[in-house]
Amino acid sequence: MAENVLITAKRVVAIGGSAGSLDVIIRLLPGLDKQLGYAVIIVIHRRSQQDSLLGNILGTKTDWVVKEAEEKEPVIPGYVYLVPSDYHLLVEKDHTLSLDDSEKVNYSRPSIDVTFESAAETYRENLTAVLLSGANADGAAGMQRTKELGGICIVQNPLSAEVSYMPEQAIRQVAVDHIVDAEQLGKFINDLLKNG
Amino acid sequence: MEKNLHIQDDELQLLLNDVMQKYGYDFLGYSEASMKRRIDRLVSIDRFPSFAEFRHHLLSNEAYLQRFVEEITVNVTEMFRDPSFYRVLRKQVLPVLATHPFVRIWHAGCSTGEEVYSMAILLEEANLLHKSLLYATDINPGVLQKLQSGIFPIAQMRQYSENYIESGGTGDFSKYYTAKYNLAKFNESLNSKMIVSTHNLVSDRSFNEFQLIFCRNVLIYFDKPLQDKVLGLFDESLETLGFLALGAKEHLTFSPIGKNYQPVNGREKIWRKMY
Ligand SMILES: C[S@@+](CC[C@H](N)C(=O)[O-])C[C@H]1O[C@@H](n2cnc3c(N)ncnc32)[C@H](O)[C@@H]1O
Repeated sequence: MAENVLITAKRVVAIGGSAGSLDVIIRLLPGLDKQLGYAVIIVIHRRSQQDSLLGNILGTKTDWVVKEAEEKEPVIPGYVYLVPSDYHLLVEKDHTLSLDDSEKVNYSRPSIDVTFESAAETYRENLTAVLLSGANADGAAGMQRTKELGGICIVQNPLSAEVSYMPEQAIRQVAVDHIVDAEQLGKFINDLLKNG
Repeated sequence: MEKNLHIQDDELQLLLNDVMQKYGYDFLGYSEASMKRRIDRLVSIDRFPSFAEFRHHLLSNEAYLQRFVEEITVNVTEMFRDPSFYRVLRKQVLPVLATHPFVRIWHAGCSTGEEVYSMAILLEEANLLHKSLLYATDINPGVLQKLQSGIFPIAQMRQYSENYIESGGTGDFSKYYTAKYNLAKFNESLNSKMIVSTHNLVSDRSFNEFQLIFCRNVLIYFDKPLQDKVLGLFDESLETLGFLALGAKEHLTFSPIGKNYQPVNGREKIWRKMY
């Protein structure tokens, strides 16, 4: 089957955000260097109706392939996976994606914690977790797990965030590696992955 | 930050193997990432200090097995979940069912039954309920008890009523239940047509032939080989020209049975068995 011959991504950048994060993502994504051979997973809290809208907005702005994450699909370099609304997204050991409709976590489904934690389990030091603007504490536990398993944690500078609560919580609870202004994020991630 | 236990791969395999050997419940084909979360969650809620103790307790107390099964499966559900899906059922599937003298429907993995009551309401409104039987099955006996009671929290009725209208319902949704305190009890006429039984999709066999099978938001918890096996079971249990209805994020695209099925509608996850 075709899916078996694809080479799955060895590295992943997982981006989580809530209120005030969409703009940051729209500005950050076009700058990410597709040649570096990683995949991006985006978890953003939003209303269900906005699913396809988000994909369309992001897709037109970048040469990455932007798509909604599908059940049991492999994680491919050069792809941006958007977590669908109303499902949690988990990353399996064999580098495929699973969806799960279990209880909300931090009042959220999708929850950033759920995706970060399972991506950390699978990708360990090859995971870069990026947490953006938001009004809830989702993501902090996922950052914690990312750290424990050797991944890298980047948090948007709360001063540059439309809603500072989410990045602040992560910074308070976790010894994050980098705190970066919104405008610098794209370049910062490129430099990090180029050297890593 | 508080430390939670995280089950390791080898611990998970050990535990699931033991459960299989001792109790005959086979969870080995479930998606690992999600299963791990469920187990971490249960260990934390029930305050086990370690996995070793959790495993020991589970294997030495048969009474705890039911709780284990109930808690590691995900039972989240709602009435008229994905209203546009039910709209397609009303418009494109019910007219076909209406041509049969008897209608047999299987809800596999029906959880507490909100899906089955939704379907019963659809059948009632199409004047088909009197000649229909809805087989409601789940691995988990606890959820089936709730289904049989027909009692759901009243707080959810508002959302369900909105879903109902969005699904094309034109009646007054509240006529289907009686409110009492904070509960809504659905009319007996709806569950009089339900046949309720435990059934494990992993290990139990096909038990009848149906014109419509629902299995929504269950396959996402299975790995690919188990998904294919269970889809094979549905294929065996479906009449030619019968319908298979999956969850919003589930599909037949890469499965061996897929070639014999045709989507009923571009967007909704309903397929028709052509051969
Ligand atoms: C998320 S619920 C889906 C309920 C409903 N179909 C819906 O979509 O709203 C998943 C259900 O599948 C059941 N389930 C899990 N494994 C099963 C198995 N091996 N056999 C039968 N049912 C199973 C669970 O107990 C749970 O009630």
